[in-house]
Amino acid sequence: MRVMAQMAMVMNLDKCIGCHTCSVTCKQAWTNRTGTEYIWFNNVETRPGLGYPRTYEDQEKWKGGWELNKRGRLVLKGGGRFKKLFTIFSNPKLPSIGEYYEPWTYDYSTLTDAPAQEHTPVARPKSLISGKDMKIEWSANWDDDLGGSTATAHRDPMLKKIADKVKFEFEQTFMFYLPRICEHCLNPSCAASCPSGAIYKRVEDGIVLVDQDKCRGWRMCVSGCPYKKIYFNHKTGKAEKCTFCFPRIEVGLPTVCSETCVGRLRYIGLMLYDADKVLAAAATEDDHGLYEAQREVFLDPFDPDVMREAEKAGIARDWIEAAQRSPIYALINTYKVALPLHPEYRTMPMVWYIPPLSPVVDVVQETGEDAEDKGNLFAAIDALRIPIEYLAELFTAGDVGPVDAVLKKLAAMRCYMRDINMGRDPNGAIPAAVGMSEEEMYDMYRLLAIAKYDERYVIPAAHAEQAHSLEELATECSVSAYGGGQQDLFGEGSGAPTPIAVENFQMLQERQTADTLASPADKDKRVNLLNWDGKGSPAGLFPPKKTDS
Amino acid sequence: MNEFLFIVVPYVCLTTFVVGHVWRYRYDKFGWTTRSSQLYESRLLRIGSPLFHFGMLGVVGGHVIGLLVPQSWTNAVGISEHTYHVVAVAGGLLAGVAALVGMVILIYRRRTVGPVFSATTRMDKVMYAFLAIVITLGMWNTIAGSIMTIGGEYNYREGVSVWYRSFLAFQPDASLMAQAPLGFQLHALFAFGLFALWPFTRLVHVFSAPVGYLTRPYIVYRTRDEQLGSHRPRRGWDRISP
Ligand code: HEM
Ligand code: SF4
Ligand code: SF4
Repeated sequence: MRVMAQMAMVMNLDKCIGCHTCSVTCKQAWTNRTGTEYIWFNNVETRPGLGYPRTYEDQEKWKGGWELNKRGRLVLKGGGRFKKLFTIFSNPKLPSIGEYYEPWTYDYSTLTDAPAQEHTPVARPKSLISGKDMKIEWSANWDDDLGGSTATAHRDPMLKKIADKVKFEFEQTFMFYLPRICEHCLNPSCAASCPSGAIYKRVEDGIVLVDQDKCRGWRMCVSGCPYKKIYFNHKTGKAEKCTFCFPRIEVGLPTVCSETCVGRLRYIGLMLYDADKVLAAAATEDDHGLYEAQREVFLDPFDPDVMREAEKAGIARDWIEAAQRSPIYALINTYKVALPLHPEYRTMPMVWYIPPLSPVVDVVQETGEDAEDKGNLFAAIDALRIPIEYLAELFTAGDVGPVDAVLKKLAAMRCYMRDINMGRDPNGAIPAAVGMSEEEMYDMYRLLAIAKYDERYVIPAAHAEQAHSLEELATECSVSAYGGGQQDLFGEGSGAPTPIAVENFQMLQERQTADTLASPADKDKRVNLLNWDGKGSPAGLFPPKKTDS
Repeated sequence: MNEFLFIVVPYVCLTTFVVGHVWRYRYDKFGWTTRSSQLYESRLLRIGSPLFHFGMLGVVGGHVIGLLVPQSWTNAVGISEHTYHVVAVAGGLLAGVAALVGMVILIYRRRTVGPVFSATTRMDKVMYAFLAIVITLGMWNTIAGSIMTIGGEYNYREGVSVWYRSFLAFQPDASLMAQAPLGFQLHALFAFGLFALWPFTRLVHVFSAPVGYLTRPYIVYRTRDEQLGSHRPRRGWDRISP
């Protein structure tokens, strides 16, 4: 057993309203530079739909991820090392910019500089790639809310697999949103495809990063990733990818996309896994077995053996505790409602999804039946083959069994909680029908519906002692170390500017957001004149009166 | 004059080449890339780039053999003057034509495909100018000198190559170069010019040819400690215009 820790995410798709806040805030934080205009580390796709980049899921075309060769061994679908080097001069499987979309801006100055004239001036779209006028024909989200899907959706690679059954008629459609970031896979094919070895997985938290100093622009990783979550910055000539907001994670904060998610549907936490089992699990013969195989790789953080091995492997105590409180572990292993996205790519993805019940609920509602009735919902789940087969193509390589089970759990939760919310006696038969106890069902409801910030995000901060060699810590030769009392002269705010670093982030944040004075102990001796409106004399404006002398 | 052209200039260029690479590697790893333009265009690149690169690898290999292996050695292993000549000319011609045609496609693509052209830096243009001159002169020397024997036969292995080895041994003999035909002299001089430019162009990518990929494990693990924290190395001098 080789225990490793992995930062992971689960998204509850029922709650996604497709507002794209996550994409926008992520873009503002990470990809607002030239060369990254077309890059969305987080994107939200309407499904069914073509996705971004277009039809990225068609691995017969793009050859991303891993596959089993004839002898049952795990190999890169895009070809092994020799083939990669042989085709390095022109990558045969690189999506062109058109496959993502040609980024543009508008020629706003024609609006502001226009003289008085009869016709309103028009700001033309200008390509950010060629600088020329362009016609906008596609974007990262062109088929949002099924817009234009009658023309395009039949090219959805997942729909194609169940295609002959689907007619894209308005009354029969279903749709949901799929927010996507890099999966921070346990067996990342992006890293395996990188000729320079610039893409690495962090030992501490499993975050997959591109070393910008080692990347040489061979652009093989873009093809290697089946989720197309590596992007080529066309100005710097280097690959870039979702960082899982590692500077935030290191100080215990959730990623920007999670923090800003309007639906509060994202969960972040640790998973412990057995690194020795990853390759064998990824090489599971049957595609349908991959979901279970990956669950087998995860370790039970409550198991004393696992805890002992984890500590031996250098995983700190508070990290093990965080793994025990991990909402990810609960959703994946305890309640078994989260499923991996495209396990058949065999990269062992670590951003999992709770499939949406809404396509089912919507149909029941449209028929005028009670959409919170267990009988109705269960019957609909059994009857609505197309949405469910579609979900299965996304989350279980086409195996409808696990998807059925998850949806029934969600449906049962809906019915069970209705009774409670209406003040009726809870019906223990409902959880029992999906193999759960009443208590479990209620806990699952709490986690899915009302979990607070610190229950949704259980992120242990990185250890400062590990980071001791970080540059910011070179403050060891401070002024006071030379005997100068400078830092004490004017209180804690003086002295050399304190760099914001992993180690002091929490302290600085507390100080900035606290509504009390920094040191409550001597509160009565101090006052913040900037906050004083000139009226009265707040405590601390004058030194305390001497009572006896 | 000969001393200047065939001793001073080459050494200056060689020094720039070596020192430039060390400097760039230390201060501009972030700028050390092929700066691939395949995202913009791949139809022409698919033909041009492999043609150019495979041709170029052949050309480089040919130069290593032609310049560094003395004639006496090949004679000693029993390769006759004539056999060597035929093989070298045939191989050189094949690789040279591939490189030349590939380069023409790449330059045509750079100039005519809008996005690729606007991503072309001034340094790219200078580099292509030198590259084109050197490759064209090299082809001329092969065709004119060795096949059509314009201006008499010239065995570079008794002239240029000997000079080159003397140059590398730091005992340069400029007179050998002075006697070489003009085509060879110019080819060598422009090639040294290209070497001097090399560290400051995208050509640095040649030195990171990823042969290590063949032997390293697929997945690379690294600990957090190895990172430099928030420090970013300064940007390279070859700024990418915004
Ligand atoms: C030996 C290993 C080499 C490798 C692996 C290699 C790889 C590459 C790659 C991947 C590109 C980017 C193509 C693209 O997507 O736009 C490139 C471009 C280029 N390489 Fe190389 N190269 C090598 C050697 C050379 C040599 C020996 C030369 C010439 C002396 C050279 C000259 C160029 C030039 C001029 C370009 C720019 C092409 C363009 O976009 O116009 N390379 N190389
Ligand atoms: S999803 Fe992320 S970690 Fe997985 S292969 Fe793609 S880029 Fe790599
Ligand atoms: S911010 Fe949340 S609700 Fe909005 S699109 Fe993103 S994941 Fe969905």
